[in-house]
Amino acid sequence: MTSYDEEQLGALLSALPPAPEAWVKAAKELPVALERLGEIVERAKADEDYRRRLVADPETALEEADVVAHTQNIEIIRRRLDEK
Amino acid sequence: MGMHAQLTDGQLVARCRAGDEAAWNELVDRFSRYVYAIAVQAFKLQEHDAEDVFQEVFARAYEHLNKLRDDEAIRPWLAQLTRRLCIDRLRAGSHEQPEDSVDPMDVDDAIDRVDESMAVHEALAILPDGCQDILDRFFARDESYRTISEALELPAGTIASRISRCLAKLKVELEGRNPDVSAS
Repeated sequence: MTSYDEEQLGALLSALPPAPEAWVKAAKELPVALERLGEIVERAKADEDYRRRLVADPETALEEADVVAHTQNIEIIRRRLDEK
Repeated sequence: MGMHAQLTDGQLVARCRAGDEAAWNELVDRFSRYVYAIAVQAFKLQEHDAEDVFQEVFARAYEHLNKLRDDEAIRPWLAQLTRRLCIDRLRAGSHEQPEDSVDPMDVDDAIDRVDESMAVHEALAILPDGCQDILDRFFARDESYRTISEALELPAGTIASRISRCLAKLKVELEGRNPDVSAS
């Protein structure tokens, strides 16, 4: 690390702007969302018809389960189903 | 400042693993800027791609807390994960933003700079709340003197001098952490 002058310190402080609030909020809510995703996967493992609907239209299945159908949530569902 | 803000990265990870919700919130607060900066500054991802990477990083972090070899190394682990997911994203969306549009050397330099910024932000967290707030608002949030003056109920004419004094304190804090450097 070098010795900084005020201008350098300001530039380094500027280089870490906050992430958008909505992203941070969603990340904080991940544990709850992941728990719900786990329940969805368990249901899919026990119910073949539900599994087919989930694979065919994950967005609707997630919304029905009151989980935001973010890309990463759908990806988590796919990954966990593949882990079977 | 929450009680978890005092914890080391390793202590924080251990609390998260134990299911401590407040610890997870602190972990997200502690590293959200870091992950965001790597995605948008180092890899220059577009906003929607950066958001997907951001959420995926924290989802995988939460899912893999039990598999970390060294709890104190959560930050480099997050950096590596973010880097890998950004590269995947660039490859997947090559029609919009070609992977070769990002020079690996530039990425390395940008991540080094983000790491350096994190060190400065950690030093900032030691300063009195007033200094943390005013420096973060002015530099990281790009707020004007007027906005800061209204938010903090301070005379507009004193903002510049307060920023300068707080920067001086920050410099002392950083040099206290690196005494050899301040003597050079």
